Amino acid sequence: MTPTLQVFLIVSAALFSVGLLAALSRRHAIFILIGIEMMLAAANLNFIAFWRFSPQPRPPTGVMIAIFSIAIAAAEAAVGLALVVAVYRHYRTTNVDHLDQLKG
Amino acid sequence: MSSAAVVIIAILTLAAALAAATLQKLMHAALSFALAFVGVAALFFLLGAEFVGLVLIFVYIGAVAVLIVFTILLTRRDVERDRGVNWSGALLAIAVFGGLTWAILKTQTVAIVAPPVRAISVKRIGDALMTSYVWPLQCVGLLLTAALIGALVLVMEEKR
Repeated sequence: MTPTLQVFLIVSAALFSVGLLAALSRRHAIFILIGIEMMLAAANLNFIAFWRFSPQPRPPTGVMIAIFSIAIAAAEAAVGLALVVAVYRHYRTTNVDHLDQLKG
Repeated sequence: MSSAAVVIIAILTLAAALAAATLQKLMHAALSFALAFVGVAALFFLLGAEFVGLVLIFVYIGAVAVLIVFTILLTRRDVERDRGVNWSGALLAIAVFGGLTWAILKTQTVAIVAPPVRAISVKRIGDALMTSYVWPLQCVGLLLTAALIGALVLVMEEKR
């Protein structure tokens, strides 16, 4: 028995929800970045699954978009972690609840 | 591609992801994060996208996980733990999962099995990158350069 597309979509939805949980319920900035990376990985899984289960187009579009998405996620992670380090230097904390200077 | 392999890998991946999202110690969470990405790469291998799986392993475990560990070590003095779960976030995540699952199970067009395909070779990917995707490739190169310069500028010593 081979798995249907639904199985991969549900796995991807679960991974997205776990990422959302990490991004929303943790107060440490690094956990929020980990959650965002997980949500991006879930999106990549969807791209690859839809590509595999569709009639194959000549240029491998799903693979291409997943590769570009991974590259952009890497850039995002580098800038995000640099921001965490810069914020820690300035405020001596990485708890996002304490970063409320701009709060009205 | 058998169902049993997919289900086992999916359970391992989701368990590692849940551990990364809920563990109190940052270092354990970073290692679980790397494990979760090994699982996602294994799913990519099962789906026949070996090149993307390898790229995922190189980029996430080789670069992003190491960056996260470095950041944890650089911000170590911040030892306070966040106590108590933010229940509104957990409820929202469960609601999103429920809604997505309901929509996926209700859609009849996604209950299909994979068509048989020949394996996609790295040569084909390289051909596509150098012909029809050459402009996106250049743009991503520019974006990565800008992002790395920006990250360097952000962490430079502040001049007073």
